Amino acid sequence: MWFVIRCFMILTGGGAVVELMEKSAFEGLLPVEVVGCRIIAAPPEPMHLISPYKGQEKPLSAAMKSAHGMAFPAAGRATGKEGARLVWFGLDQAMLIGPAPDARLSEFAAVVEQSDGWAVLRLQGALAEDVLARLVPVDMRAARFKRGQTVRTQLQHLQVSMTRVGGEVFQIMVMRSMAKTLVDELQNAMRLVAAR
Amino acid sequence: MRIKCPLCGERDLREFYYQGADVALMRPAPDAGPAAWDDYLYTRDNPAGVTRDLWQHEYGCGAWLLVQRNTVTHEILNVTLAKNGGGHAD
Repeated sequence: MWFVIRCFMILTGGGAVVELMEKSAFEGLLPVEVVGCRIIAAPPEPMHLISPYKGQEKPLSAAMKSAHGMAFPAAGRATGKEGARLVWFGLDQAMLIGPAPDARLSEFAAVVEQSDGWAVLRLQGALAEDVLARLVPVDMRAARFKRGQTVRTQLQHLQVSMTRVGGEVFQIMVMRSMAKTLVDELQNAMRLVAAR
Repeated sequence: MRIKCPLCGERDLREFYYQGADVALMRPAPDAGPAAWDDYLYTRDNPAGVTRDLWQHEYGCGAWLLVQRNTVTHEILNVTLAKNGGGHAD
Protein backbone atom coordinates (compact mmCIF):
# COMPACT_ATOMS: atom_id res chain seq x y z
CA MET A 1 0.00 0.00 0.00
CA TRP A 2 1.33 3.38 -0.98
CA PHE A 3 -0.49 6.59 -0.55
CA VAL A 4 -0.80 9.72 -2.57
CA ILE A 5 -1.56 12.68 -0.37
CA ARG A 6 -3.88 15.31 -1.65
CA CYS A 7 -4.61 18.44 0.33
CA PHE A 8 -7.67 20.58 -0.04
CA MET A 9 -8.31 23.85 1.65
CA ILE A 10 -11.83 23.92 2.89
CA LEU A 11 -12.81 27.55 3.11
CA THR A 12 -15.45 27.22 5.75
CA GLY A 13 -13.24 25.42 8.27
CA GLY A 14 -9.98 27.09 7.24
CA GLY A 15 -7.94 23.87 7.85
CA ALA A 16 -6.39 21.45 5.37
CA VAL A 17 -8.14 18.13 4.85
CA VAL A 18 -5.88 15.28 3.87
CA GLU A 19 -7.23 12.59 1.61
CA LEU A 20 -5.16 9.40 1.37
CA MET A 21 -5.42 7.35 -1.80
CA GLU A 22 -3.88 3.94 -2.26
CA LYS A 23 -1.62 3.63 -5.29
CA SER A 24 -0.15 0.42 -6.66
CA ALA A 25 3.55 0.24 -7.60
CA PHE A 26 2.35 -1.13 -10.94
CA GLU A 27 -0.12 1.68 -11.65
CA GLY A 28 -0.54 1.93 -15.41
CA LEU A 29 1.88 -0.98 -16.05
CA LEU A 30 -0.23 -4.07 -15.41
CA PRO A 31 -1.85 -6.31 -16.45
CA VAL A 32 0.30 -7.46 -19.38
CA GLU A 33 -0.84 -10.37 -21.46
CA VAL A 34 1.09 -12.23 -24.15
CA VAL A 35 0.12 -15.58 -25.68
CA GLY A 36 0.53 -18.28 -23.01
CA CYS A 37 1.44 -15.95 -20.19
CA ARG A 38 0.26 -12.94 -18.21
CA ILE A 39 1.37 -10.77 -15.32
CA ILE A 40 -1.01 -9.16 -12.89
CA ALA A 41 -0.46 -7.10 -9.76
CA ALA A 42 -1.03 -9.00 -6.53
CA PRO A 43 -3.70 -7.49 -4.27
CA PRO A 44 -2.09 -5.11 -1.74
CA GLU A 45 -1.60 -6.81 1.61
CA PRO A 46 0.22 -5.97 4.85
CA MET A 47 3.76 -7.41 4.90
CA HIS A 48 5.92 -7.91 7.97
CA LEU A 49 9.48 -9.21 8.00
CA ILE A 50 10.08 -11.53 10.93
CA SER A 51 13.64 -12.23 12.08
CA PRO A 52 14.09 -14.41 15.17
CA TYR A 53 16.46 -13.20 17.88
CA LYS A 54 19.47 -15.38 18.57
CA GLY A 55 18.39 -18.77 19.93
CA GLN A 56 14.68 -17.88 19.78
CA GLU A 57 13.84 -19.84 16.64
CA LYS A 58 11.89 -22.58 18.42
CA PRO A 59 9.69 -20.45 20.71
CA LEU A 60 9.05 -18.11 17.77
CA SER A 61 7.94 -20.98 15.57
CA ALA A 62 5.61 -22.24 18.32
CA ALA A 63 4.16 -18.74 18.83
CA MET A 64 3.61 -18.37 15.08
CA LYS A 65 1.89 -21.70 14.92
CA SER A 66 -0.53 -20.90 17.71
CA ALA A 67 -1.20 -17.31 16.52
CA HIS A 68 -1.27 -17.76 12.75
CA GLY A 69 -1.41 -21.52 12.21
CA MET A 70 1.92 -21.47 10.38
CA ALA A 71 5.29 -22.56 11.75
CA PHE A 72 8.45 -20.66 10.81
CA PRO A 73 9.31 -21.96 7.33
CA ALA A 74 12.41 -23.98 6.51
CA ALA A 75 14.87 -22.55 3.97
CA GLY A 76 13.27 -22.38 0.53
CA ARG A 77 9.73 -23.05 1.77
CA ALA A 78 6.52 -21.02 1.87
CA THR A 79 3.42 -21.97 3.84
CA GLY A 80 -0.14 -20.71 4.05
CA LYS A 81 -2.51 -19.74 1.29
CA GLU A 82 -4.06 -16.73 -0.41
CA GLY A 83 -4.58 -14.01 2.19
CA ALA A 84 -2.23 -15.47 4.82
CA ARG A 85 1.20 -16.54 3.70
CA LEU A 86 4.54 -17.05 5.36
CA VAL A 87 7.44 -16.94 2.92
CA TRP A 88 11.06 -17.80 3.77
CA PHE A 89 12.99 -14.64 2.93
CA GLY A 90 16.64 -15.42 3.58
CA LEU A 91 18.87 -16.40 6.47
CA ASP A 92 16.72 -16.25 9.63
CA GLN A 93 14.03 -14.23 7.89
CA ALA A 94 10.44 -14.85 6.87
CA MET A 95 7.84 -12.51 5.39
CA LEU A 96 4.35 -12.66 6.82
CA ILE A 97 1.96 -11.58 4.07
CA GLY A 98 -1.66 -10.86 4.86
CA PRO A 99 -2.43 -11.06 8.57
CA ALA A 100 -1.35 -8.46 11.11
CA PRO A 101 1.38 -10.09 13.24
CA ASP A 102 0.41 -11.23 16.70
CA ALA A 103 1.93 -9.02 19.44
CA ARG A 104 3.55 -12.05 21.12
CA LEU A 105 5.88 -12.55 18.14
CA SER A 106 7.85 -9.44 19.18
CA GLU A 107 9.03 -11.33 22.26
CA PHE A 108 11.08 -13.70 20.11
CA ALA A 109 11.74 -11.79 16.89
CA ALA A 110 12.22 -8.42 15.29
CA VAL A 111 8.97 -7.71 13.46
CA VAL A 112 9.26 -4.99 10.84
CA GLU A 113 6.42 -3.59 8.77
CA GLN A 114 7.51 -3.51 5.10
CA SER A 115 4.20 -3.31 3.25
CA ASP A 116 5.28 -0.26 1.27
CA GLY A 117 8.71 -1.64 0.49
CA TRP A 118 7.84 -4.47 -1.84
CA ALA A 119 6.07 -4.63 -5.17
CA VAL A 120 4.34 -7.97 -5.66
CA LEU A 121 3.09 -9.45 -8.92
CA ARG A 122 1.94 -12.78 -10.25
CA LEU A 123 3.31 -14.37 -13.39
CA GLN A 124 1.02 -17.09 -14.64
CA GLY A 125 0.34 -19.26 -17.64
CA ALA A 126 1.58 -22.30 -19.50
CA LEU A 127 4.73 -20.51 -20.68
CA ALA A 128 5.62 -18.90 -17.33
CA GLU A 129 8.45 -21.37 -16.71
CA ASP A 130 9.94 -20.66 -20.15
CA VAL A 131 9.86 -16.94 -19.44
CA LEU A 132 11.66 -17.39 -16.13
CA ALA A 133 14.23 -19.70 -17.76
CA ARG A 134 15.42 -16.65 -19.69
CA LEU A 135 15.70 -14.43 -16.66
CA VAL A 136 16.61 -16.44 -13.59
CA PRO A 137 19.77 -18.52 -12.87
CA VAL A 138 17.76 -21.11 -10.91
CA ASP A 139 15.80 -24.05 -12.31
CA MET A 140 12.17 -22.99 -11.95
CA ARG A 141 10.61 -25.98 -13.69
CA ALA A 142 7.91 -27.89 -11.82
CA ALA A 143 10.11 -30.96 -11.34
CA ARG A 144 12.61 -28.94 -9.28
CA PHE A 145 10.48 -26.08 -8.01
CA LYS A 146 7.08 -27.17 -6.72
CA ARG A 147 4.16 -25.34 -5.18
CA GLY A 148 5.17 -24.15 -1.73
CA GLN A 149 8.81 -23.65 -2.67
CA THR A 150 10.43 -20.22 -2.67
CA VAL A 151 13.80 -18.76 -3.72
CA ARG A 152 15.76 -15.60 -3.20
CA THR A 153 17.71 -15.03 -6.39
CA GLN A 154 18.25 -12.68 -9.29
CA LEU A 155 15.90 -11.85 -12.12
CA GLN A 156 18.36 -10.26 -14.54
CA HIS A 157 20.06 -7.83 -12.14
CA LEU A 158 17.09 -7.51 -9.78
CA GLN A 159 17.11 -9.07 -6.34
CA VAL A 160 13.84 -11.00 -6.09
CA SER A 161 11.82 -13.36 -3.96
CA MET A 162 9.93 -15.90 -6.02
CA THR A 163 7.36 -18.39 -4.80
CA ARG A 164 5.33 -20.93 -6.72
CA VAL A 165 1.83 -20.27 -5.35
CA GLY A 166 -0.05 -22.42 -7.86
CA GLY A 167 0.53 -24.96 -10.61
CA GLU A 168 1.45 -22.31 -13.16
CA VAL A 169 1.46 -19.26 -10.91
CA PHE A 170 4.57 -17.53 -9.56
CA GLN A 171 4.56 -14.73 -7.02
CA ILE A 172 7.47 -12.37 -7.69
CA MET A 173 8.51 -9.69 -5.19
CA VAL A 174 10.98 -6.85 -5.81
CA MET A 175 11.92 -3.69 -3.99
CA ARG A 176 9.26 -1.18 -4.84
CA SER A 177 11.65 1.11 -6.71
CA MET A 178 12.32 -1.76 -9.15
CA ALA A 179 8.66 -2.38 -10.08
CA LYS A 180 8.88 -0.84 -13.52
CA THR A 181 12.16 -2.60 -14.37
CA LEU A 182 10.65 -5.93 -13.32
CA VAL A 183 7.64 -5.46 -15.59
CA ASP A 184 9.96 -4.41 -18.40
CA GLU A 185 12.21 -7.47 -18.07
CA LEU A 186 9.25 -9.86 -17.83
CA GLN A 187 7.46 -8.25 -20.74
CA ASN A 188 10.53 -8.54 -22.98
CA ALA A 189 11.06 -12.19 -22.12
CA MET A 190 7.34 -12.93 -22.59
CA ARG A 191 7.42 -11.46 -26.09
CA LEU A 192 10.53 -13.42 -27.02
CA VAL A 193 9.08 -16.70 -25.73
CA ALA A 194 5.77 -16.06 -27.51
CA ALA A 195 7.58 -15.30 -30.77
CA ARG A 196 9.28 -18.69 -30.85
CA MET B 1 32.00 -21.54 -10.95
CA ARG B 2 29.18 -22.57 -8.64
CA ILE B 3 28.94 -22.43 -4.87
CA LYS B 4 26.68 -24.72 -2.90
CA CYS B 5 25.00 -22.45 -0.36
CA PRO B 6 24.00 -24.49 2.74
CA LEU B 7 20.56 -22.82 2.65
CA CYS B 8 19.80 -22.28 -1.04
CA GLY B 9 21.65 -25.11 -2.77
CA GLU B 10 24.00 -24.82 -5.73
CA ARG B 11 23.98 -21.32 -7.20
CA ASP B 12 25.76 -19.42 -9.90
CA LEU B 13 28.75 -17.25 -9.05
CA ARG B 14 26.87 -14.09 -10.04
CA GLU B 15 24.75 -14.29 -6.88
CA PHE B 16 27.77 -14.05 -4.58
CA TYR B 17 29.92 -11.24 -3.25
CA TYR B 18 33.58 -12.03 -2.55
CA GLN B 19 35.08 -10.68 0.64
CA GLY B 20 38.51 -12.35 0.79
CA ALA B 21 40.46 -14.32 3.38
CA ASP B 22 38.51 -15.58 6.39
CA VAL B 23 40.56 -13.49 8.87
CA ALA B 24 37.44 -11.71 10.09
CA LEU B 25 36.61 -14.91 11.96
CA MET B 26 39.95 -14.78 13.78
CA ARG B 27 39.94 -11.30 15.28
CA PRO B 28 42.71 -10.96 17.87
CA ALA B 29 41.94 -9.94 21.46
CA PRO B 30 42.00 -6.16 22.07
CA ASP B 31 45.22 -6.51 24.10
CA ALA B 32 46.93 -8.92 21.68
CA GLY B 33 49.59 -6.34 20.89
CA PRO B 34 50.59 -4.40 17.77
CA ALA B 35 52.24 -7.35 15.98
CA ALA B 36 49.07 -9.48 16.09
CA TRP B 37 46.91 -6.55 15.03
CA ASP B 38 49.26 -5.58 12.20
CA ASP B 39 49.14 -9.16 10.98
CA TYR B 40 45.33 -9.26 11.25
CA LEU B 41 44.86 -6.02 9.35
CA TYR B 42 47.52 -6.18 6.65
CA THR B 43 49.14 -9.59 6.18
CA ARG B 44 47.51 -12.04 3.82
CA ASP B 45 48.58 -15.38 2.39
CA ASN B 46 48.32 -15.89 -1.33
CA PRO B 47 48.31 -19.66 -1.58
CA ALA B 48 48.46 -21.72 -4.76
CA GLY B 49 46.18 -24.45 -3.52
CA VAL B 50 43.60 -24.70 -0.77
CA THR B 51 42.41 -21.42 0.74
CA ARG B 52 39.55 -20.30 2.96
CA ASP B 53 37.54 -17.19 2.14
CA LEU B 54 34.39 -15.40 3.10
CA TRP B 55 31.67 -14.98 0.50
CA GLN B 56 28.23 -13.50 0.91
CA HIS B 57 25.20 -14.95 -0.84
CA GLU B 58 24.24 -11.40 -1.65
CA TYR B 59 21.43 -12.02 -4.14
CA GLY B 60 20.14 -15.11 -2.34
CA CYS B 61 19.64 -15.67 1.37
CA GLY B 62 22.14 -12.96 2.39
CA ALA B 63 24.19 -15.38 4.52
CA TRP B 64 27.94 -15.04 4.95
CA LEU B 65 29.66 -18.24 3.91
CA LEU B 66 32.98 -19.77 4.81
CA VAL B 67 34.22 -21.31 1.57
CA GLN B 68 37.16 -23.66 1.27
CA ARG B 69 38.41 -23.82 -2.29
CA ASN B 70 41.42 -24.63 -4.40
CA THR B 71 42.88 -21.63 -6.22
CA VAL B 72 44.67 -23.88 -8.72
CA THR B 73 41.83 -26.20 -9.77
CA HIS B 74 38.95 -23.84 -8.83
CA GLU B 75 37.37 -26.74 -6.99
CA ILE B 76 35.02 -25.78 -4.15
CA LEU B 77 35.81 -28.14 -1.28
CA ASN B 78 33.52 -27.10 1.55
CA VAL B 79 30.93 -24.41 2.30
CA THR B 80 29.53 -23.62 5.75
CA LEU B 81 27.58 -20.75 7.32
CA ALA B 82 30.00 -18.22 8.78
CA LYS B 83 27.57 -17.62 11.66
CA ASN B 84 28.46 -21.09 12.92
CA GLY B 85 32.01 -19.82 13.37
CA GLY B 86 35.15 -21.68 12.44
CA GLY B 87 38.71 -20.90 13.40
CA HIS B 88 41.71 -22.22 11.55
CA ALA B 89 41.28 -25.91 10.79
CA ASP B 90 44.85 -26.14 9.46
